[in-house]
Amino acid sequence: MKVVLRNPRREVQVPGPLTVSALLQRLELNPESVLVIQGDTLVTRDARLADADVVEIRPVTSGGAT
Amino acid sequence: MKCRVCREPAVIDVRRHNAAFCRAHFLRHCRDQVRRAIDDLEMIEAGDRVLVAVSGGKDSLALWDVLVDLGYTADGLYLGLGIGEYSDESAHAARAFARDRGFELHEVDLSADYGYDIPGAAAVTRRAPCGACGLSKRHLFNAVALERGYDVVATGHNLDDEAAVLLGNVLRWDSGYLGRQHPVLPAAPGFVQKVKPLYRLAERETAAYCVLRGIDYQVEECPMAEGNRHLGYKDVLNSLEDRSPGAKASFLFGFVEKAHDRFVDEADGEREGLQACVVCGSPTTGDVCAFCRLRERVGAPVEIPVGVTHRPPG
Repeated sequence: MKVVLRNPRREVQVPGPLTVSALLQRLELNPESVLVIQGDTLVTRDARLADADVVEIRPVTSGGAT
Repeated sequence: MKCRVCREPAVIDVRRHNAAFCRAHFLRHCRDQVRRAIDDLEMIEAGDRVLVAVSGGKDSLALWDVLVDLGYTADGLYLGLGIGEYSDESAHAARAFARDRGFELHEVDLSADYGYDIPGAAAVTRRAPCGACGLSKRHLFNAVALERGYDVVATGHNLDDEAAVLLGNVLRWDSGYLGRQHPVLPAAPGFVQKVKPLYRLAERETAAYCVLRGIDYQVEECPMAEGNRHLGYKDVLNSLEDRSPGAKASFLFGFVEKAHDRFVDEADGEREGLQACVVCGSPTTGDVCAFCRLRERVGAPVEIPVGVTHRPPG
C-alpha cells in the first residue's frame, strides 16, 4: 500500500494486508499522535488495510507559542 | 470497532474513554466536552461576544466551529506572523473557513501593522521564536478584543497543550505559572476574560473533528516550533498515554480540580499595581509594556514620550 506521511510530506510503500495497529507499529509511530485515513475515511486501529490502499498518516501534534 | 452509542461501525477510538464512536456520535462527544468545559468553569455567559484566536490550524478552527454550533456569537481574529509559506497557508485556511461559513474574521498583520515579524524578532532577541510569538499573540488578542468590544477571548489550547505546559511547570515547580495555569483567566482592568474551551479534548480528537467536519486546516507544523521543549513534553506524555490510557487527562484534570487553588496565591500579585503602558496603554508593571519593548528592540517605529524613564530592553 502507499502510505503518505507528513511533516515532511513523503510516501513509503508498505506491503499489505495488515491492521492499522500493525502499520503504526511497523513505522514506529505512537497511535496517540496520529490519525489514520484510508482513502477519505478515518479508521480505527483494528481496521484492515489492503495492499492496494492509499493511506494517509496525519500527525496531530502541534507546538509552539502558548 | 463499533460505536459505543449506536453500535454502527466506528471511525475513531478514544482509548481514555475506553470507547469508539461513529461520525455522528464522535461529533456529539466533542460538542459535549466543550459544553461541559464552558458550563463547569463558567467560561462564557449568555449574550457574551466571543473573539476566537484563529491560527488556521485544527484546534482554533474546530473551536470556532463548535462555539458557533453551540449557539455562541463568535468571530475570529487571525494574526499574520510573517513565517513565510507557513503563514501564507495558515492565512488561506483561516480565510477560507470563515468565507465558506459566512463568519467574521478580523486580521492583524505583524509586519504591516506593527513593523516586525516573528523570524525577525527571534533573530534580534536571539531567543526562541515561540517567546516573541506568544507575547505578540497575548498582547494583540487582548488589545483587539478590548478595542472591538468583545467580552471573551477563546483560544484553541487542548488537553495535550495544557498537560504539556503543566508538565513543564511541575518539572520546574514554578508556582507562579502553576497559579496562573487554568482554563479560565478572569477579566480584570485592561484584560478581557480568556478561556480555553478545548481543554477537555485531546489534539487527536480536535484533528479528527476537523477531518469529520470537512474542515480544511493547516496540517503542516510551524517550522519555528520544530524541536522545542513543548513538543518534547508532548512526546513524553503521549508515551505515557500509550501505556496508560487516560494518564494525560488525569494529570491535567486532577490539577485543575484539586491542585490549582493551592498555587493561586503565588499568582495573585501579578495583576496588582499595574499601570498603563506609556506607548500603547496596555496594563504593565513598568512604564513600557513587554510588547512595545519588543517592537522597539526589533526596530519597529515606537514613540516613547519624552520624560519617561525607559528601561532599556534587556
